[in-house]
Amino acid sequence: MLNTNDILETIRMISDEHLDVRTVTMGISLLDCADADGKKACEKIYRKITERAKDLVRTADEISAAYGIPIVNKRISVTPVAMLLACAPDADPVWYAKTLDAAAKAVGVNFIGGYSALVHKGFSAGDERLIRSIPEALAATEFVCSSVNVGSTKSGINMDAVRLMGPVVREAAERTRDSMCAGAAKLVVFCNAPEDNPFMAGAFHGPGEPDCVIHVGVSGPGAVRAALAKLPKDASLDAVAELIKRTAFKITRMGQLIGRLASQKLGVPFGIVDLSLAPTPAPGDSVANILEEIGLESCGCCGTTAALAMLNDAVKKGGVMASNHVGGLSGAFIPVSEDDGMIRAVERGSLTIEKLEAMTAVCSVGIDMVVIPGDTDAAVISALIADEAAIGMVNSKTTAVRVIPAIGYKEGDVLDFGGLLGYAPILPVSAFSPSVFVARGGRIPAPIQALKN
Amino acid sequence: MEAVITVVGQDKVGILAEVCAVCARANVNVEEVTQRILRDTFAMIMLVDLSRATSDFTAFAEALRQKGEALGVDIRCTRQETYDAMHRI
Repeated sequence: MLNTNDILETIRMISDEHLDVRTVTMGISLLDCADADGKKACEKIYRKITERAKDLVRTADEISAAYGIPIVNKRISVTPVAMLLACAPDADPVWYAKTLDAAAKAVGVNFIGGYSALVHKGFSAGDERLIRSIPEALAATEFVCSSVNVGSTKSGINMDAVRLMGPVVREAAERTRDSMCAGAAKLVVFCNAPEDNPFMAGAFHGPGEPDCVIHVGVSGPGAVRAALAKLPKDASLDAVAELIKRTAFKITRMGQLIGRLASQKLGVPFGIVDLSLAPTPAPGDSVANILEEIGLESCGCCGTTAALAMLNDAVKKGGVMASNHVGGLSGAFIPVSEDDGMIRAVERGSLTIEKLEAMTAVCSVGIDMVVIPGDTDAAVISALIADEAAIGMVNSKTTAVRVIPAIGYKEGDVLDFGGLLGYAPILPVSAFSPSVFVARGGRIPAPIQALKN
Repeated sequence: MEAVITVVGQDKVGILAEVCAVCARANVNVEEVTQRILRDTFAMIMLVDLSRATSDFTAFAEALRQKGEALGVDIRCTRQETYDAMHRI
């Protein structure tokens, strides 16, 4: 029996409100590609990725056509490359990055994540070499994404790694200054990084994952905002939360359907649905606009953190019931350059980096796609990473930093990365120096998990 | 296999006939039709059975899309599972 309203609602969500599956990501383990000879390892990596993912793009496109749901991105995440470097002390890490890039191009995906290292408790063989090579690797490749996990709730924060990452972020921007410093846009520094995240730039295939797996990342801020716009302005926040939950349920059910179909057709186990609200620079497809629809004049004003906390929680509650396996980052994303409403809030002066930091305490991920002044000292970037990592560590949640130092640009300039990465004006950062704190290195001990206040 | 054809746009003479003709050419059976006119917007929903279709799903959906373009309306053909997943527990 057809329910006209249900069908028309779905069509409207897809055609007018930008509802889509943001990514189908295939996770591929490269542990069996490790080799003491780096060249041989790269050959094995290329072979494995191109074999496993050869039908990924075609299959996703077929599903998209038959079920009427746009699948925006097809991507691959792989085992953190630092693990493979550990047994190849003479290999150049950049070879691996170039191999990943070539494999991504061969199978037609638009990003490949996993040029990564997990160093939350310390460096093992290969980790430091990989981290130091990140700027060169990101400049020498097109589709490779990199991430480094520097802290966790159970192990504390590796401040030696944090000290290292400030200069790495700066150099990644410096080496790509002719292309809007975009190298830094492909590098994420995590605390509590999830092993099954399908979203870039932070996706990698964790060591606890199966050999090959399909994850799905849903989206839909536009659909949530449009649903909220129909509520009367005096509806209580109970009604707002309930409506967000219902909409998140529908969005996630669609992601679950796509994931199950992709898994069946590719003969690969289904991993998780990441039930995130991932914005795009398209007008209306914005997390900031949802917060404004709830009743804030401009995202970043007082009340933003509370509204975001409610939004994030309601999205999870609605989404969890819609999927049998939920994972990844799952929550509302607040990237600045990728969200039309955030960009406008920055331009209006209502959203500052300090408010963004507060917002990261209650939502998914962290200081994301924020363009900072090109003369920002590396120690300031390290300290910003430490602050975010501390929020994640203490709150037992994932946090991350993806900032782009606008090297060669001046205040008032706008960096335009194009496509989904969007554009953003430069956001000022406190220039007071934390260099003595950062230079100390060592580890911040893991926080106590009781006596919470 | 069942699919849902949706037609949304400005009402005009012959939309139903044109869409049914595309279905008939592909040996697709129309099982149910509902249509509404909300103000000036025409919305028609058809449930069709593709189990004896002579063309594959993608080609059939594309033929409908092109027909929609010619008529100046938005025509989509989507497998029914999409709506079941989103609206039924």
